[in-house]
Amino acid sequence: MSPRIKTIRKVLNPPVIKGFKPYGPESNKQDLEPVNLLFEEYEAIRLSDYDMLNHHQSSVMMGVSRPTFTRIYASALQKIARAFVEGRQIAINGGKVYFDSDWYHCNNCKCNFNNPQRNEEIKACPLCGSGQIESFNATNIAGTYHSKNFEDLCICPSCGFEQEHQPGNPCNQMICPECKNFMKRKGTPGAKGPKTKIL
Amino acid sequence: MKIAIASNGNTLESTLDKNFGRCAYFVIFDTENGAMEFIPNPNKDMEENAGPASVQLVASKSASKIVSFEFGLKIKPLLDSLKIQMIILKEPGKQIRDIIKMLNH
Repeated sequence: MSPRIKTIRKVLNPPVIKGFKPYGPESNKQDLEPVNLLFEEYEAIRLSDYDMLNHHQSSVMMGVSRPTFTRIYASALQKIARAFVEGRQIAINGGKVYFDSDWYHCNNCKCNFNNPQRNEEIKACPLCGSGQIESFNATNIAGTYHSKNFEDLCICPSCGFEQEHQPGNPCNQMICPECKNFMKRKGTPGAKGPKTKIL
Repeated sequence: MKIAIASNGNTLESTLDKNFGRCAYFVIFDTENGAMEFIPNPNKDMEENAGPASVQLVASKSASKIVSFEFGLKIKPLLDSLKIQMIILKEPGKQIRDIIKMLNH
């Protein structure tokens, strides 16, 4: 059986340096193989320890699952620890990655464009020259789609009081402010009101 | 600065092609002197890798931006490394004349 195909990891920017060299009298004595830190491992360290994101947020940024991200991160720490303890060089290269550039959307001519010059900021649309541009990413669209397409309401089964569902707060632990009963998600059995489609 | 546009004909009235790699003509538009060049796409009927071949053609004309309706999967990393900007215009019926008018903002 062939192994499972690796998901391509998304890396925002390549690192500014190609690697690290140890210094000190002992550092040049033995000719040791450098430790090869992959781009995805560099990105994992950058996201979770430099940008201080948690593993879940970082995994979304890299386009992999949370457990995969944790594995990449663990392997990165292991490699760095090995380089520190054994006095080896660290070379940052390789890995199954692609470099993503920022995408923008122009509200004037409705076009999308990217920014291949990472260090230059884009101020106007390259097509129509208008300044009505905004940063474009999939999560923005997913967010609007989410809020438009289904209403999420908590309902009180005894008095019918409704309020907007707060993501992260289970409805059955919420207490109705009117009659102090436990609430339910609208559309589930036992809750009053017309059944709404839950995606 | 030169801008490449994927077109499905060699006149100003022709429209934006739906496919970058297999479009009929490339329009190379020079924003500095308004010069225009229509290049027939030799990769139109290629079975595969039409996109990378087209990228090579456009890059050899030193275009720094590409306007197209869509870009294929293999093209994006190539254009990223060549530092060519991609502009995705989701209006397939748009005429080359209008696009050039927009570029002359």
